Parts: sequence; structure tokens; C-alpha cells
Amino acid sequence: MRKPAQEQKIVLSPALEAARPPEKVSWDYTPGDRFTAWKVRWGIGRMNCRVRPGLYALGSPSKGSPVFATANYRLSFDALRRALTGTDAWLLVLDTKGINVWCAAGKGTFGTLELARSIQDSGLEKFVTHREIILPQLGAPGVSAHRAAAYTGFRVIYGPVRADDLPEFLRLGKKASPEMRKVRFGLYDRLVLAPMQLVYYGKYLLPAAALLLLLGFRIDALFTLAALLTGAVLVPVLLPWLPGRSFALKSAVAGLAVSAAVCLLLGLPPYSAAARILIYTAAASFIGLDFTGASTYTSLSGVRKEMRLATPAQAAGLLAGLAMLLAGRFL
Amino acid sequence: MSMKYLRGVSTLRLDADKCTGCGMCLNVCPHAVIRLEGRKAAVNDADLCMECGACAENCPAGALTVKKGVGCAQAVRIGFLTGTEPQCGCGDDSCC
Ligand code: SF4
Ligand code: SF4
Repeated sequence: MRKPAQEQKIVLSPALEAARPPEKVSWDYTPGDRFTAWKVRWGIGRMNCRVRPGLYALGSPSKGSPVFATANYRLSFDALRRALTGTDAWLLVLDTKGINVWCAAGKGTFGTLELARSIQDSGLEKFVTHREIILPQLGAPGVSAHRAAAYTGFRVIYGPVRADDLPEFLRLGKKASPEMRKVRFGLYDRLVLAPMQLVYYGKYLLPAAALLLLLGFRIDALFTLAALLTGAVLVPVLLPWLPGRSFALKSAVAGLAVSAAVCLLLGLPPYSAAARILIYTAAASFIGLDFTGASTYTSLSGVRKEMRLATPAQAAGLLAGLAMLLAGRFL
Repeated sequence: MSMKYLRGVSTLRLDADKCTGCGMCLNVCPHAVIRLEGRKAAVNDADLCMECGACAENCPAGALTVKKGVGCAQAVRIGFLTGTEPQCGCGDDSCC
């Protein structure tokens, strides 16, 4: 049966016009790239984080060179480029709206259909003779390897979790060791995420602290800062050593310790100290609980469960503390 | 140091009858939750599962199911307030 003319037109125009020759990129990681990475981590100039989607030639790839897919998030792209230093390769950048591979796979923008579309639109088939594409393992929640293969003819191979392991992965004949397949959440991984938490809550809590200061609540301005630093920095850093499995509990313990320490430091009388401890333990617990979003091992079911218990407890702590302070004024 | 989240909450289910032992789930799981025993997949420790959905998405036999989602308190809160499924709020430019 002949295809209707209309359909042919759709196939002809947009895709072919959009196909550009692959842009050449190098392995160099310049001071400029480093500065961009720093800005991205601190949330400055968000548009910096996007790479134009499409096919890139890294070094001088040939028809037999491997193809790597990644997100159009600056840090993912640069990590891949750097890790492949010395290897000529094709890089296929999917349009994930400037979001990293992991988050984008969760949302499905780093997904089977986007992968198939990118392979098609970039004309990848014309640049390589093999039919293999290497994806970051963290893209797997969004991509179904067998469906992608059925749609595109390209076999999906999952590379290691970390781009740094790519040279070893290639040396092993495109095989990842069990260690390469595991997500880590070491001190460094947690530390680089702290700025994001700090910026996010700082937006609200720094003005709040300033306001408290202006209104003459010097002590509470200090406690607010302490709660911010506890939830956004101390909890990420001390995570494995804080007691319990629940993030809300871990953060409450940290918040309790810090606010108690501040009380001792300031020599607050017991009544007002107790009220502050209630309020700022709840605040630190709330902020620290949000670190579940940045962590690499928490599940939706788990977060739901702990929030059902923690949210009312945090609210109760906050309200009880405020009520005590208020009552204290009139007593 | 291996960190574990709450006990007994994961929605991961394995239907061993459907499993063909292809090993794909082992390739994609970031927490080594699944192992291969002979020609069948088996769950090591479901408490390590973060419900990312990679294994279910990539199992050609449809032997694995999991309610995929983001383990993110902010997302759960926003989802609760807007009455939608929790979505990674780190979206649309704020994640980066
Ligand atoms: S949902 Fe993710 S973490 Fe859980 S078993 Fe499957 S791949 Fe592993
Ligand atoms: S991917 Fe599916 S079929 Fe393959 S080993 Fe895992 S459970 Fe079995």
C-alpha cells in the first residue's frame, strides 16, 4: 500500500533539515570549563548548563569508533569528554532540557523514545558501520534497551555508573565490573551536593535571619543560621554516622545536638532553651529530610513512609516551641 | 560504607517463573540488589532497592516490577500539595 503523500512530507522536511554535520570537540578541560562547573554547582547562570543536543565528534572518530550517549547537561557532557581523553568517539547528546542523566532518566526525558529520535535525527547510521551505542548506566531507569534496539537497530550497552571508569570499561571489552555498576555516596559525593541544599534553603532562611536580626531577635537569627548549616551541610557530611536510617531522625539528632550546643554557648535559661531546641530541631530535621532528594539510595516508598511520621512531628515541635516562647512573654 | 534506607518498604517484585536468566537486571541495578542463581534472578536484599525502575524497564521477559519513583522529600511534598505523582522538582533548570 502506498503511503499518503502527507506522511512522506513529514518524514522529509524537519529531520533532514535539522541534521547538521557533527560538531568537533576536544578532550581538553579548560579553566573556563572548570569555572562553568563551579557556577553550575552553585546554581549561577543556569543556562550555562545546557549543551546543544545532537551528534559530536570527539577527537577524530572513524566509522568504527564507539558511540556514547549522554544528557545535554554541561557537567555530564564534560565528564564524558574528559574520561575519554585519547579515545576517538562519537557523542550523541540527547535533549534532556539541561538535566543530568540520572534525573532525566527518572523523568523519562533521557528515555527510549528520545534516544530513538536522536539516533534518527542525527543520522548516526551514516557515521558508523557498527550498530552499538553505549549509554551511562544511570540512564537505565528511562531507557528500555530491548525496545530501543527494536526501534533503532542499535544495540544498547550500559557503560559504568561513573564516566571515570570508561577507559577500564573499554579495556575490558565493553564490560563493567560489579564495582563499576554500583552507585557510591561517599563523603566527596555528598560534599559537592551540599552547596545546592545551602543555596536552596539559604534563599528563604538568610532573609528570615536578617529579618529576625532587624526585629531584635538576635538569638533566633543565630539559631536560624545554625539550623540551616546543620540541615544543609552537617547532615550531608555526617550522614553515615548519624543514628537511624530515617533522614528526618538523623537530621533531628544533628539539629538537637547543635541547638543544645548553641544554648549552652549563649547560656540560655532552661525554659527558653527548651523552646529553641524544639523549634530548631524541627527546622533542621525538615531541611535534612530534603537531602533524600540528593542522596543516591533513598526510595519513594521509604520517603513517603518517613514523611508520614516526620512531618506531623516536625510541625508539632515547631508549634510547641513557638507556643512556649509566646507564653513566656506573658508569664 | 554501604548505607541502607528504611526496612521492608521497597515495591520490587520478581516473578521467577518468567525470568530467562539473561542477566540484564544485574547490568542496570545501581545497588546490586539482584544476583543470578543458576539460570534465575534472585533478590539479594530488597532494602537496598531505591525503586529507580531500571531493572523493570530493561527486563525483556517482564519478570520484574517496581513502582518507580524518586526518593525525594521535596518531590513528595510538592506532589502532595498539587495532588500529582511526586516528580523530581529538580526539573526544568533548577537541578543544574
Ligand atoms: S528498582 Fe533500581 S535499585 Fe531497585 S532493584 Fe531495580 S534496578 Fe535495583
Ligand atoms: S532481566 Fe528479567 S529475565 Fe533477565 S535475568 Fe533479570 S529478571 Fe531475569
